[in-house]
Amino acid sequence: MGRLATLTRRTFLFGSVALAGGVAFGVYKVKQDPDNPLADDLAAGEVTFNPWVLIGPDGITLIAPHTDVGQGARSVQALLIAEELDLDAGQFEVAPGKPSPAYWNTAMALDAVPFPPDDQGFAARAARGAVGAMLKLSGQQMTGGSSTVADSWEKLRRAGAVARETLKLAAAQKTGEAVDTLSTASGAVVLRDGRRIPYTELAAAAAKIPPVEDVSLRPPSAWRLIGKSSLRLDIVAKSTGTQDFGIDLMPEGAINATVRFNPRQGGALLSYDDSKARSMPGVRQILPVTGGVAVLADNTWNAFQAIAAVQCEWGEAPYPPEMAQHWAAVESSFTEERLDKRWRDDGDVQAALASAGGGETLELEYRAPYVAHAPLEPLSAVCRVSGERVDIWASHQFPRMAEQLVADITGLPVEQVYLHNLYSGGSFGHRLEFENIRYAAEIASKLPGETIKLTFSREEDFAHDFPRQIGMARVRVVSGEGGITALDIGIATPSAVTSQMERAGMPIPGPDNQIPAGVWNAPYDIANMQVNAYRVPELAPTSSWRSVGASTGGFFIESAIDEALIAAGQDPLAGRLALCNDPASRRVLEAVRDMSGWNDPLPPGHGRGVALVVSFGTPVAEVVEVSQQDGRIRLEKVFMAAEVGKVVDPINFENQAAGGVIWGLGHAMNCEITYADGMAQQHNFHQHTGMRINQCPQIVINGLESGGRITGIGEPPVPPAAPALANAIFAATGQRLREMPFSKFVDFA
Amino acid sequence: MTGFTLNGTPVEVDAPEAMPLLWVLRDELGLTGTKYGCGIAQCGACTVLFNGQAMRSCQFPLGAVAGAEVVTIEGLGTPAEPHPVQQAWIDEQVAQCGYCQSGQVMQAAWLLANNPAPSDADIDAAMAGNLCRCGTYPRIRQAVKRAAQTLASEES
Repeated sequence: MGRLATLTRRTFLFGSVALAGGVAFGVYKVKQDPDNPLADDLAAGEVTFNPWVLIGPDGITLIAPHTDVGQGARSVQALLIAEELDLDAGQFEVAPGKPSPAYWNTAMALDAVPFPPDDQGFAARAARGAVGAMLKLSGQQMTGGSSTVADSWEKLRRAGAVARETLKLAAAQKTGEAVDTLSTASGAVVLRDGRRIPYTELAAAAAKIPPVEDVSLRPPSAWRLIGKSSLRLDIVAKSTGTQDFGIDLMPEGAINATVRFNPRQGGALLSYDDSKARSMPGVRQILPVTGGVAVLADNTWNAFQAIAAVQCEWGEAPYPPEMAQHWAAVESSFTEERLDKRWRDDGDVQAALASAGGGETLELEYRAPYVAHAPLEPLSAVCRVSGERVDIWASHQFPRMAEQLVADITGLPVEQVYLHNLYSGGSFGHRLEFENIRYAAEIASKLPGETIKLTFSREEDFAHDFPRQIGMARVRVVSGEGGITALDIGIATPSAVTSQMERAGMPIPGPDNQIPAGVWNAPYDIANMQVNAYRVPELAPTSSWRSVGASTGGFFIESAIDEALIAAGQDPLAGRLALCNDPASRRVLEAVRDMSGWNDPLPPGHGRGVALVVSFGTPVAEVVEVSQQDGRIRLEKVFMAAEVGKVVDPINFENQAAGGVIWGLGHAMNCEITYADGMAQQHNFHQHTGMRINQCPQIVINGLESGGRITGIGEPPVPPAAPALANAIFAATGQRLREMPFSKFVDFA
Repeated sequence: MTGFTLNGTPVEVDAPEAMPLLWVLRDELGLTGTKYGCGIAQCGACTVLFNGQAMRSCQFPLGAVAGAEVVTIEGLGTPAEPHPVQQAWIDEQVAQCGYCQSGQVMQAAWLLANNPAPSDADIDAAMAGNLCRCGTYPRIRQAVKRAAQTLASEES
């Protein structure tokens, strides 16, 4: 691999560094599109027009390269292609495809640069262009950052349109009809006289002509699928127990395996004693692996039993072992030395704080704990090293990085590694990490020719969750008759993105815009406002957790704004509207005001809270209504509005939105990961539950469609949930909660 | 050998009596619709009907299953002929990642067999042991009600 490719594979360049990087690589290299991977294995009579459409005499395959972790990515991607290609449900197969640079994510750059997503200034556009060029050059096929629809919106409709127009040209050549007299419907080209030629019968002819690239996309008035709810491709299988997840695969002759490695994450295995485990039922082999031990057995249960019987002596954690030390590190990071970046400096905060202008100065402190992803399907992977080829079956959000890791472990070139990306039983960011990939490949590389099926126990999965970052905010805010006149907010967290991307082999230099996410870009005009992000030295390893930095930052700023508005004697919703300078954010606030009947009286003991956070380019406002009965807080209703430009599939949108609200609420109420002796103290769902159905409020969702830029909905509903709930509890009880999880301070019904 | 009735068919399994039914189903009998989520009866993903009762199969050693009638998600209905609860899950598009849904469906089937017209509170109480990390609860409630209507109309 050449120096250029190595550099781009290994290094992301952000911010000002990215500008130089974009220039360095040159325009030609950036403009060149990667090869179509479908062209490599074409059978006779098959045609591929681009990396997303493959048609043969026997059927049509659409490639959906974003990983489906439950968010419906495969269905939505297929829908966008089918819209332009005039395919109906049931007329095509959908596959994830072989991971390829052709599937680089065109939308990740939007939020990866230190500019607001709607900033169209020169520097913002240049930085986005440069980061986008990096993502393209390094072929980063990524699912994350709520980018699936944004990445797919133009690209996949165009892929469908190119296929359609090429098939029409093939039909025109075959029949002698003029191409402009032809149309398409239900998987066929339709001639003027109504005769239909199925696409499958045109594949061989279409393969002989170059794709028609000069196409136009259908106007919204002609959309058949976009904006309407479709039946998810996986809904029947997932309702009948017939969806195969990774953990369900059991190829003929496969050997079951499980692992246990140092629960002090990243620590060493000093020694182990497997004398008892070796003679346990069904045990075939016990192997050392990086930092731990693997057991191979005839079934999963026997593997679990045996690994528990292996006595391991673990090395120390490469981070402070006790929780109090973690908090002390965060508390002591509000220093000039630790300042990662001053993200906002409007007016003169210090002068405004000194004079206070007749207002009251509030000094506030907020805390957010570590929280686990804990998707319900424990990690697993199936791997086989045979000759010069490695196959690995698993679900991963960075499939090409996973292939590279397997190549590094097995010593084979990455071109000979095949990741079969699967539907996964949830992720929430967990499948950005590589532990299942690493250990499956390590075990398989020691047993060439054997198929290894690795399954993590739930406890092992929890021990290696790579949780969401902990964090604190220290806030000084001046609030009086004139409303909020000064806001000084400092946020200190470790950088989850740095922690995660270093493990992925792609260190990210420069400030991390996720530390102050949701805060520096808060759509408020406050005359004197400063946002400082402090980087806490890495403690426990952390990773992106559904909504990443905004899940902590949103709680901090939207709690502080609430406190300050109430201190100023203002209504929390009207006060936010008065500060809000972004039209889309105003619309979502007005929407939840009207949906919730914000100005209508509530029964005694009830309270409402509101919050507004912009993350991943999507403004979301939520109103939470709670009641207090017998000293317990009950969540009654949530009203949520988001502006995403266009709702592609209303049911899927509603499911993502409600799921995000529940995710945000459930963890804010009930969950934390704490460390003692270097190990997470929560091992299973009885200690880290999230929300159960009996705590779930009624949720009303409103997707606003300005027709502007298309943005995602997977993560943005999460950040406003926690502060809206804290603000509602204050309204109902007068008790202000400044630390999550709230169940440490109040009882929930 | 341990014998029991699985989805209406007698089966004999040669496995240790201490092995949980969950792993017997998945690894010995190849019925992977019943899911492993926690192994300690905290998530409900492994729910099956055991002599008509919704039970966490991760907690039932094979020895205790001898002679029992067990119904799994595969025995409740199939893609071609879904049970009314499964059909309601399809019609309401409940699933997101879908990993918990086998257990949710089995728990709901048990609820409706015993309480044909559950209130909201009944649904919450009966389903509270089934954890969904994606947050599909609003649609689970809708689907249970839809299934209740279907089953009631089939009765009449």
